[in-house]
Order: sequence, then structure tokens, then C-alpha cells
Amino acid sequence: MEIEKAMERGYLLTEEIEDTFPSEERLRRGMVAIIECPQEIPCNPCVESCPFGAITMEGGINGIPVVDYDRCTGCTLCAQVCPGHAIFLARILDDSRAVVVVPHEFLPVPERGEEVKLLDRAGRDVGRGRVLWLLKPEREVHYYLVALEVPRELWKEVRALEVIR
Amino acid sequence: MRYGRIEEHPILKFERGRKVRFTLDGRELWGYEGEPIAIALLANGHDVFFRMEDGRPRGPFCMIGKCSSCLMVVDGVPNTRTCVTPLREGMDVRTQHGEPGLPERVSDSFVPPMEIRRSLVVVGGGPAGLTAAIQAHDLGVEDVLIVDEGMRLGGQLLKQTHRFFGNKKYYAGKRGIEIARILEREVEERGIEKMLMGTVIGVFRESEPRARYTLGAVVKREVNGVYKTGFVRILADAVIFATGAAEKYLPFENNDLVGVMGAGGIQTAMNVWGLRPGSRALVVGAGNVGVIVAYQMLQAGIKVEAIVEIMPRIGAYFVHAAKVARRGVPILTRHTILRAIGEDRVEGATIARVDDRWNPIPGTERDLDVDLIALSVGLKPSVELVQQAGARLRYVGRLGGFIAVRDRYHRFAPFGYVAGDLSGIEEATTAMMEGKIAGAAAAHDLGRAPPREASRVIREVEEDLKTFRSGPIGRRIEEALRAVVVEPPPEEWGGEIGD
Repeated sequence: MEIEKAMERGYLLTEEIEDTFPSEERLRRGMVAIIECPQEIPCNPCVESCPFGAITMEGGINGIPVVDYDRCTGCTLCAQVCPGHAIFLARILDDSRAVVVVPHEFLPVPERGEEVKLLDRAGRDVGRGRVLWLLKPEREVHYYLVALEVPRELWKEVRALEVIR
Repeated sequence: MRYGRIEEHPILKFERGRKVRFTLDGRELWGYEGEPIAIALLANGHDVFFRMEDGRPRGPFCMIGKCSSCLMVVDGVPNTRTCVTPLREGMDVRTQHGEPGLPERVSDSFVPPMEIRRSLVVVGGGPAGLTAAIQAHDLGVEDVLIVDEGMRLGGQLLKQTHRFFGNKKYYAGKRGIEIARILEREVEERGIEKMLMGTVIGVFRESEPRARYTLGAVVKREVNGVYKTGFVRILADAVIFATGAAEKYLPFENNDLVGVMGAGGIQTAMNVWGLRPGSRALVVGAGNVGVIVAYQMLQAGIKVEAIVEIMPRIGAYFVHAAKVARRGVPILTRHTILRAIGEDRVEGATIARVDDRWNPIPGTERDLDVDLIALSVGLKPSVELVQQAGARLRYVGRLGGFIAVRDRYHRFAPFGYVAGDLSGIEEATTAMMEGKIAGAAAAHDLGRAPPREASRVIREVEEDLKTFRSGPIGRRIEEALRAVVVEPPPEEWGGEIGD
């Protein structure tokens, strides 16, 4: 993947990575992991975490992780261990709604049902969404994973949230 | 509020000591017992710690005892590094002006010198030093002494709240602060001796017949609630240097204002001591340290106005940069800082775009409303001691500056070793691997390791290192290391460690 442009700004554009995304058909079947980790770095907890062997890396620990979307069950384990906060999950609920799961490591922590601001990869406000569920840190060392119900067309864009109280 | 104590944090809980009174220039203030004096002062809104002869103000910069920017007169002792001196009830702290005279009553402040002897001394208790000490101990060196300037073991791991890459064997997925606790526990479990708040100020090789190495250390010791300074002469059969690195500086107008801090210094203040050293920040440099500290500043409630990076691309790992980008922090490549604005302390900063030759482009200047400027423009290995111990140095830009010439076992001389950032700026995971190699080599050279055990450990870790460095970033490190690693290992240093 060409990441030079991303290294000039610090974030990927949707059009730079969408050809690696799961199909809409897969997203309608249920939750699936989307890994946005385009650089060869020495890191592999995601591969080791997957109980289904759905994540592979070619060329050892410095490889780029690739998800087999048919094997992935959307269990969230990889997203829980990713040190780079680079793993998201998504599914399409119906014609108007999708779910995106994002890591969240800031205060305040949103509550279930709360409406929050949706941010894209550049931190731009792209709309409002509702918190469906949260995966609490098991110990103090993990971040929250927050499932957001978002407008269907935004599943490719939403990668963070901000609490608006 | 420019400065403030962090009461709530998404990751950290701050355990503070009891409240104690102390005085600053005769005025009564309070802080928490055991926190650095510098932190207590900032929490009280006091940030000019001393003034140069010409009146220029000085405040904290590195927060780990390396930069001499926080010197004050404490209980009558001038040039006390307030960032590494814990606060005690009733301390008398005074602003220092120019070059202070000697204390009036020297004898009260010092304890008599002493001499000790150890098989192995490890200078520096960070990731490299701790793994080196543990490895050497596990291979049979029973009397290992770790000397460290800090108030706790762990070195820079103590402020790393981000989770580490790598694989599980080297704590991937764990935060640096957790790794520090694990290593500290391993040291305690083995009963490895440590000398905290100890600064090695000189090392001599073969200076006297009694020992291969003689080290001089200045150590702070608490006597009846007061810190006294003592000198310790340490005779050692072998020394592992893991002295880490210091933050580099950057020339720009007003770069010495209070509020221009090393990114690592900001990390220490925020993540170790729970103090916000500013409210709105500019980060200079988009390497890993810069973007990680920017993210941690957001977690601590500091607004990050921008990260400027003079190069055309971000030096940090992409995923670290992406974490701050999605919080809306602009990362401005091809931009630099022109000046800090303010009288005594930072009240703003001027940034500008640069052309292909890194010259500011006229008309692109703009002022940012910030009260904190974080410098993250690289690290340089702290080579002073190892050089004094006889290491030959070579300049390797990609490794951070002057580096000790060494063999694959991290020996720079007979019974002398380097590990961690000192042997090339890289990261904590590889520092731990290097520490293991140095520790195993020392145990072997000292004749303590069981046959073949040292070489087994070393081969295994060398494989791990090779794998870890097999990516594009690691490959560049490997290439750079060729300039300082001598092959084969010189016989006079001990030669090959074979099966």
C-alpha cells in the first residue's frame, strides 16, 4: 500500500484503503474487523490474539496484518490488544444504519445510549451517533471499545468519538 | 490555569504522599511528600527556578536530572536538581541567582564518604540496565549493583503510558509503566542491590591495582528526614553502562523561556507525577516521542494546538500519528517554530512553513496561542561516562550522535559493556534485548555463567533482535550499527563467546 501521502498528514484517506475493506455483503452478515495498519512495524499481538486464525502477516513480525473476512467473527479480541489503536470493527444493520466500534482512551467515558460526536480519521466532526455498547477495560491497562450506531454511509469514515455533554 | 494537578486520568491513578509544608524564599507553600520539589513548585504556580547572571529565567526542562535547568538552593545546598529531589516536610527552597557560592555549613549537608566493592555495577536502571542486571544475576553474578539517578527504578518506562509493539515475549501490548513494575519486581525478587538517587560522576579503568573499574558516585541519602549527600567509591570487576539518552535542543528565538520543555520532561510531569505543565501546547517534532506525548497531553487535558515537523514526512510510526490525527490535532509537515513569545515564560509561539532547503517561507508565519512548547527533536546518547571509561566513540547520525564502538556482545572494552539508548537511539523493546545480551556477556566474562548458558541466551536474544529489526525501520538501524560494531569480537575484549 502506498503510504507516503499518509505520512505527510498523519492519517489515511478512505479512498487510499477502501479496496482492502470488507464487502457490503460481508458487513451485512455481521461484525467484522477492519485493520488500518499500513506500515511495516515490528508488532504482532493481533495475529496471536485471533482464535480463528483470521489475521495473517506475511514476512514475520514486521509484516502488514491482513484479515480474512470470511474467517473473522467480529469477536473484538484483536481490537482489544492492538497497541496502535489501529483496529476497528463494523457492520451494516440496515439501509440507514451501520455500527462502528472504535477504541476510546479519554475522559469522559460515554454511557450506553448517549449521543456522541463522530470523528473521522482527521478528527473532523462528521455527525452524531449513539453508543450501543461499551467493552470496559478488563484491567486498568486496556482502553474502552465503544460500539457506535452511525448513519450507514459513515461506516468507512467514523474512527473516533467525542463526548458532548 | 497554566499549571494544575491531574485529578482524573483515563489510564493513571496518582498515589500522592501526605501533604507537607515547605518554604520558597521564606514563603510557606505545601506539596506532597516524596514528589520532586520541582513538581510541588509548579503546582503552586511557581515556575522560575533560577536566573542566569544576565537575568534570563530558568525552569524545568528534562525532569530527569540531566539538563541542569531546575537548579535551586535546597536546605542550604546550591545547584540541587529539584526535579530529582523528593520533597520533605520543612524544606527550605530558595531561588538561585547566577553562580551561587558554597554552602555556609558544608558539614551539615554531607555524610562521610564510603567505599564498596561489587562484581558487576550497572549504571542506569531503565529497561536496558534492569534486564542486564536480571540476566547477569540469573547467570550467576550474585553481587550486582544498579545505580540510578531517579527516585524509582524503571528509567523512562515510568512515563510510557502507551502500549508497546513487539511480541509477547517482550511485553507487547503492555504499557511501559507496567513493564517498569514487572522489571522492578524481578529485581526485588532476586534481591539485586540498587542505589537510587545516585549519580555516577566518574569512571576510571585500570586506575588502581585493586579493581578493573573504579566509579565515583554522589548519592543522596535521607538522614532524620533531611537529604544528605554522600560520596561512594565503587570498585567493580565489570561495568554495564545503560545511561540512556538526553533530549536534544533546538535553536530558535527565546528557546530558553520557561515553558519550553523537553517532550520527555512533560511526560514525566504528567504521567509520573500527575502535573499538567501547561494548558495549550505546541509540539515541535513529529517523531514517535512527539506524537506519543501529544496524545498523552490530550489525555491529561492539555489542548494540543499543532505538531510541527520540519521534514516533509512524519517520522513516527503511522499508527501513533493516526491516534492524534483523529483527535483533530493538525500535524504540519514542512513547518517549524521560529520563536517563542513571552517575557519570562511562554505566552505563544510563531511557526512558519519551510521550503525544500528548510528555510522559513516569508509570509507563512503565524502565531499560536500556547503556554507550553514541547521539544521532541531527537535524543542523544549520554556517552560521557562510557567515554571516560575508555570507549572509542564514533558519530552515527542515525543512532543519535556519538556511539561507543563495541562488539556484538556489547563490549566496548574488557569487562565494559553498553546497552539501550546509549548504544544507539532505538526503543525500549530493543533496549531490553540489548540489556540481556550485555548481562549474559558480563556473566560469561566474569566466569560465573554455567558452561554454554551465556552463549545460549545470547544466540536466542540475537535471533529475537534480528527478527525485530527485520522491517524497514529496523533495517536502517542494523545498517547504522555496522559503523560501530567490530567483527570479530577483539581478543583483548574477551573474544568470541562460543559454545
